[in-house]
Amino acid sequence: MKLSKIHFFDSYPLLALLGNPNCGKTALFNLLTGSRQKVANYAGVTVERKEGRLTLASGQSLRILDLPGAYSLYPRSLDERVTCNVLLGRAEGEKRPDLVLCVLNATNLRRNLRLVLAAKRLGLPCIVLLNMSDIAKRNGLKIHAADLAAELGLPVIPTIGVNAHGVDELRHFLDGLDWRNLPAQSTAINTQTNFTETDNQRVQQILEKLALNELVPDVLADRLDRVLLQPILGPIILVAMLFFIFQAVFSWATLPMEAIKWAVDAAAGFFSSHMSDSWLRSLLINGILAGLGGVLVFLPQILILFFFILLLEESGYLPRAAFLLDRLMATVGLSGRSFIPLLSSFACAIPGIMATRSISNPRDRLVTILIAPMMTCSARLPVYALLISAFIPNQKLWADLDLQGLVLFLLYLMGIVGAMAVAWILQHFTSKQFQVHALMMELPSYHLPRLGNLILGLWQRCEIFLRRVGGIIFILTVCLWALSSFPAPPLNATGAPIEYSIAGMLGKALAVLFQPIGFNWQISIALVPGLAAREVVVSSLATVYALSTVNNSANDALIPLISQAWSLATALSLLAWFVFAPQCLSTIAAVKRETGGWKIPLLLLSYLFVLAYIASFVTYQTALLFGWG
Amino acid sequence: MKPMTVNQLPIGSVSQVERVNAPINKPALAQQLEDIGFLPGEQVTVLRRSLLGDPLMVRIGSSTFALRRAEAQLIEVANISQ
Repeated sequence: MKLSKIHFFDSYPLLALLGNPNCGKTALFNLLTGSRQKVANYAGVTVERKEGRLTLASGQSLRILDLPGAYSLYPRSLDERVTCNVLLGRAEGEKRPDLVLCVLNATNLRRNLRLVLAAKRLGLPCIVLLNMSDIAKRNGLKIHAADLAAELGLPVIPTIGVNAHGVDELRHFLDGLDWRNLPAQSTAINTQTNFTETDNQRVQQILEKLALNELVPDVLADRLDRVLLQPILGPIILVAMLFFIFQAVFSWATLPMEAIKWAVDAAAGFFSSHMSDSWLRSLLINGILAGLGGVLVFLPQILILFFFILLLEESGYLPRAAFLLDRLMATVGLSGRSFIPLLSSFACAIPGIMATRSISNPRDRLVTILIAPMMTCSARLPVYALLISAFIPNQKLWADLDLQGLVLFLLYLMGIVGAMAVAWILQHFTSKQFQVHALMMELPSYHLPRLGNLILGLWQRCEIFLRRVGGIIFILTVCLWALSSFPAPPLNATGAPIEYSIAGMLGKALAVLFQPIGFNWQISIALVPGLAAREVVVSSLATVYALSTVNNSANDALIPLISQAWSLATALSLLAWFVFAPQCLSTIAAVKRETGGWKIPLLLLSYLFVLAYIASFVTYQTALLFGWG
Repeated sequence: MKPMTVNQLPIGSVSQVERVNAPINKPALAQQLEDIGFLPGEQVTVLRRSLLGDPLMVRIGSSTFALRRAEAQLIEVANISQ
């Protein structure tokens, strides 16, 4: 999602979507432009401006900007500043919008209308979109668009961001505009003056006039919250839910994983019986099929995990989980605001680090960036799953509880506990005056997750994963295969050919460093390309072991191979390593971008490396004491 | 008598915002609370407190927010009815 500095449609009129957080701006943006930006049911999903293009029936093209949500035009955080800068024409490389589309959440006019009044003062042409008009109608709110338009002195158009026809009326309206001669609002008024209270009185007047002054209770939310946020029951439900998710990641994925494994084996069998023994066959079987197949097999588990994450995001439960956990976050000196960025980091640390832009306190933001990489990102899931499948027996504990799922849950938990501990330590390095942590987080209405969004979200995950497998993982696997195959072994060689290759020698040198934490030279090699992308560790191990076997049964599955070759202590140590393991290079790059220097990324890299080494050392030595060497 | 603040409200009682006080060490906090809707005359209800009394879940007008106790303390209320 890079922002290009070059704009090709500069001559087209520019429209900007403005509105409170979580009022559905991005859903409208997607509908209007055919984009597929992420939408979810919580405030602060969009943290940077996104651009799209809309072509009207008349052939007129428009540029549309999706902006981060804002409660007012006084920016508090980095993402709100983006919005203000664009509207005031201060954004770099961007002209001031020609038209502001002010999005209202029709179920909450009271708060949303104040922003419309503020937007009017910008002096830009402005129209109002009455979004979520379907939900408002269902809740018994009768909003007459024409009356509201008369009160505001602005055109009001009802929209439904989640309905394919929800913006038809808007398109029609935009088509009727004379783009060279838009009706501007009265001249801009100094935005520094505080209009909050007078605006509120005006909003009261408007609501009274439209007979919308009565507060409609959110019966569904109240009823659900009574159970889900019950002081004791609530946290129990949260833990049980997470527990169930990790169980499902293992138990639901068995069948599709078997299918992928079977397909990869069949392909390897085909090549080995139809090709003569050559370096090309070795590249195909030991390099590409072993490496990529080894990673691909974990796609079902990643999709199951994301299915649940999407479900939670869409429903409106996520900010409530943050509410339940806020006290815990406060103990380690963080605000509940850090919860959403940390949660995004379970997918990948990069969007998580970007989401910290919505944290207004710079100190909190920095701490969140430093601990976000400890949340287990989806790239680590294949590594965990591989080691768990190889070393943790697939047995049931009490109450049908799966031991493998439990271990996975514990690994995720370890990352969280580690992150909390680091935050707690960092708290002691901050002077007291910066320790005012605001929460002020909106708890949205519950929505039934939309099947279309779920499928789209999963498909996008699938695409991302496959692109990684076909791109970076493929390239690194081939590189590693080459490094592991050349130079060829001397004629009087006794060991496997790989031991005489560049990678083999490199691995043996590295193994000196990793020997105290129980890693052998094969693991040491695999860790190096793993810095580029975590999943590569799995594909690298597959390639390295495929090449290590002296007898040429190359397409042996990785799981039985490593469960024979490694001790339990080594496996546990490697798991501990990956809970904290220094980040992939793209995360380091993201941290550098977000913090504007090398100081923080280097700090992150070194402290995680030390932490991972210590954790693995303690794990390995303890396991040895238990006799698991 | 000291005015009542949101953190002292009994759960479920309905009252009106009187004013928002700015804390000395972070005056912007009051503005932020006003931005999200804590404005004089607005109807406010504490829906629930979490396990240790912090944070609170507060309905302001027709929106719901999670506030920490330190934030709720800044909001003075009046006209309390059960």
